[in-house]
Amino acid sequence: MKFRIYRYNPETDSEAVMQEYILEDITPGMMLRDALLRIKEEQDETLSFRHSCGEGVCGSDAININGHNGLGCITPVSELKEPVDIRPLPGRPVVRDLVVDMSQFYHHYRSVKPYLTVYEPEPEVEYLQSPEDRDKLDGLYECILCGCCTTACPSFWWNPDKFRGPAALLQAARFIEDSRDQATAERLEDLEGPYRMFRCHTIMNCADACPKGLNPTEAIGRIKQRMLKDQS
Amino acid sequence: MTLAVRKFDTLVIGSGGGGLRAALQLSQAEANVAVVSKVFPTRSHTVAAQGGINAALANVLPDNWHWHMYDTVKGSDYLGDQDAIEYMCRAASHLVYELEHAGVPFSRLDNGKIYQRPFGGQSQDFGGDQAARTCAAADRTGHAILHSLYQQNIRAKTHFFDEYFAVDLVKDEQGHILGALTIEIETGEPLLIEAKTTLLATGGAGQLFCNNTNAHINTGDGIAMALRAGIPVQDMEFFQFHPTGIAGKGMLMSEGARGEGGYLVNKDGERFMERYAPHAKDLASRDVVSRAVATEIREGRGCGPDGDYVLLKMDHVGEEVIAKRLPGIRALAETFAGIDPAKEPVPVSPTAHYTMGGIPTNRYGQVVAPVDVGEEAIPGLYAVGECACVSVHGANRLGGNSLLDIVVFGRAAGNHIIEFLKEHRYHRPMDQGSVDKAMVNLHRWDRKGEGETVGGLRGELQQVMDDYCSVFRTKEILTEGVQKILEIEKRLNNVYLRDHSKIFNTARIEAMELVNLVDLAVATMISALAREESRGAHSRMDFPERDDKHWLKHTLYYKEGKRLDYKPVRVKPLTVESFPPKPRVY
Ligand SMILES: Cc1cc2nc3c(=O)[nH]c(=O)nc-3n(C[C@H](O)[C@H](O)[C@H](O)COP(=O)(O)OP(=O)(O)OC[C@H]3O[C@@H](n4cnc5c(N)ncnc54)[C@H](O)[C@@H]3O)c2cc1C
Ligand code: SF4
Ligand code: SF4
Ligand code: FES
Repeated sequence: MKFRIYRYNPETDSEAVMQEYILEDITPGMMLRDALLRIKEEQDETLSFRHSCGEGVCGSDAININGHNGLGCITPVSELKEPVDIRPLPGRPVVRDLVVDMSQFYHHYRSVKPYLTVYEPEPEVEYLQSPEDRDKLDGLYECILCGCCTTACPSFWWNPDKFRGPAALLQAARFIEDSRDQATAERLEDLEGPYRMFRCHTIMNCADACPKGLNPTEAIGRIKQRMLKDQS
Repeated sequence: MTLAVRKFDTLVIGSGGGGLRAALQLSQAEANVAVVSKVFPTRSHTVAAQGGINAALANVLPDNWHWHMYDTVKGSDYLGDQDAIEYMCRAASHLVYELEHAGVPFSRLDNGKIYQRPFGGQSQDFGGDQAARTCAAADRTGHAILHSLYQQNIRAKTHFFDEYFAVDLVKDEQGHILGALTIEIETGEPLLIEAKTTLLATGGAGQLFCNNTNAHINTGDGIAMALRAGIPVQDMEFFQFHPTGIAGKGMLMSEGARGEGGYLVNKDGERFMERYAPHAKDLASRDVVSRAVATEIREGRGCGPDGDYVLLKMDHVGEEVIAKRLPGIRALAETFAGIDPAKEPVPVSPTAHYTMGGIPTNRYGQVVAPVDVGEEAIPGLYAVGECACVSVHGANRLGGNSLLDIVVFGRAAGNHIIEFLKEHRYHRPMDQGSVDKAMVNLHRWDRKGEGETVGGLRGELQQVMDDYCSVFRTKEILTEGVQKILEIEKRLNNVYLRDHSKIFNTARIEAMELVNLVDLAVATMISALAREESRGAHSRMDFPERDDKHWLKHTLYYKEGKRLDYKPVRVKPLTVESFPPKPRVY
């Protein structure tokens, strides 16, 4: 099977190249991460990429695969068109090969104050939450911060410093929707203005890109509805 | 070139649940704390924990901490230290409420309380009916806990060094730990972090085995760093094999799958756990279920063309329960086995899962080592979580007790460090000799040559561990295993890197991880050969019985001279009566 992989090492390369690798003996069920690991082990130790859990829960190995963002560890190679083009996530500075600088992404995450905020004194037992209220967090809390969505979002490409991006907005929704959280008004207010959230033009790239099947577009819609409700 | 230096009150190495819980305690007390992690915090392997965290909240069935304590002592096959176990079980409810207040999105019961499910080895009333003690956020409990703890640390303004790799501890001649030498992965630059207290929270070493449920990064670095600093490691022969890893792949099918009603069948469709554990059946302790599965396979009742797995049957549990309580399990089975567990059973087999052994500590998280009489704390050094051995898990950990262990002792260590800092207000002078020694371990990989590769040798090491140190062990097999591992240790000297660049050189990181794995493999194999009894996860076919007369004691392994020593189990709890060893039936 033929792979073309984006290679760039700032210490030695003036520009990036797509390097070809051929991998024999593709086993059934082999994931793209397995293939990359084999290339690194058997052919070229200098190929750098992040990865860890190998099962789609840590969010380390988001890469661009044949033009789509995804996680290497849960992408079966058998489903990929040859040659397989592998690039770093788009729009982020490349550190080396498939490794990108995610600082801006994390900055936006931290900026939405992604922590439960309660002003009342804490009870000595759990806060009560009905199963229905808890259900509202499904589709929001599972985010693994892989960055597939935000780096596929055109609005983020154009305004990476001002637009929070789908992942951070999904997190904002996760706390706005949490019946236990008491900072809803501040959270909503903080997302006002033309950029932070309203740069989203509902292009849906983010939902297409999410390897966990989450839907940031819908989450953003829910925040907007809350804003309208709050104003009326 | 001069070495860059940063100074903190406390250095926490590792940002899994253990490290983050400790860091939170420290940051909230306004200690100046640095958290170093080789991956971005939420990518630590705590994120993969599925089933839940134990606490006797009694939200579903009657429960209390004392029953939890009994189950944990029994589960540990009486090798657990009962003072630490009492402490942990007493603290459990409070710690789980705290996590809930920190934002963990636990699943809920109709009355709004935290949902709890039955897990293996749990009982009411000291060995009576099944209990339901495991608090769950669907089957993504570790993810929910890790993210919430990270989020609270953001709020507390903890200082993070993301993607820094800790190479070695530094210490002075009086034995005080002074911090650690690290390397920034992105730039390849070394950084010395000086600290008055250092906490190791580097997680387990599942990568010792080929077939494992662990992440690529779980290479036991902290345990190996302790060994190199002259500290013995405890009970390394006790490695937990989880009965239900996806066959041939290793991804975990949580015990929660059986907690929600799933069960195991062999090729004859027989629910074989009824034979091995008539009372608890599929929810017997993990070591018991793993041995049963391995026995079925060995005796020719395994499924598939090679008869090398059994089936985990969940289809009768119903679509609704699977969608609501086990969505992550379903996704894993679909992705890696091509099977929807709501429709078909999943092929599973025992898979290396959890490091019971580790760096010996007391219940304050202080690392302890033997002195002439008894043991003493190593000044300035703490350890918590899977890299530590406190020991609450003894010879076999109960499911749901590790997430509990990491938060309970993460917090306890944080509190103890705060006290320690009050009495130790200044950094001790740096010990240049110790720094130089650590630098040698780093620069060793600058050598150029044509020898073996890191990946090749790691693969062989894992195969040897799978073949010679698995569920069933004998003197013969282990003796050969020790030989093989020592050969691998020798060959380490002939391993060279092809990649000598500085920027994000993952090959170099993996090389240092391999050195760590080799140290731990030697420790594990030698400790296992010496222990001539069967206890918990350590099952010797040549010594099938537990032998409390000779072996109710903890193993200590020293790197220097590859020497073994032993220390007594602390059988005296804090306040209640001791649970004396009894035959263990489920
Ligand atoms: C698949 C799976 C499911 C599980 N399910 C459950 C469950 O349901 N209930 C339960 O109680 N337990 C469960 N466990 C066990 C439990 O999740 C772990 O034991 C626990 O999370 C370990 O936490 P930790 O903080 O000790 O380590 P980890 O979460 O492993 O964190 C280790 C940290 O150390 C860092 N680190 C390591 N080495 C270095 C180095 N050299 N330099 C810098 N940083 C370093 C890593 O980057 C990471 O941040 C499960 C385990 C697995 C594998
Ligand atoms: S829907 Fe909004 S956030 Fe998602 S990709 Fe489009 S613009 Fe970006
Ligand atoms: S929303 Fe999905 S794609 Fe975006 S960061 Fe989270 S898990 Fe990744
Ligand atoms: S390696 Fe963890 S998500 Fe792919």
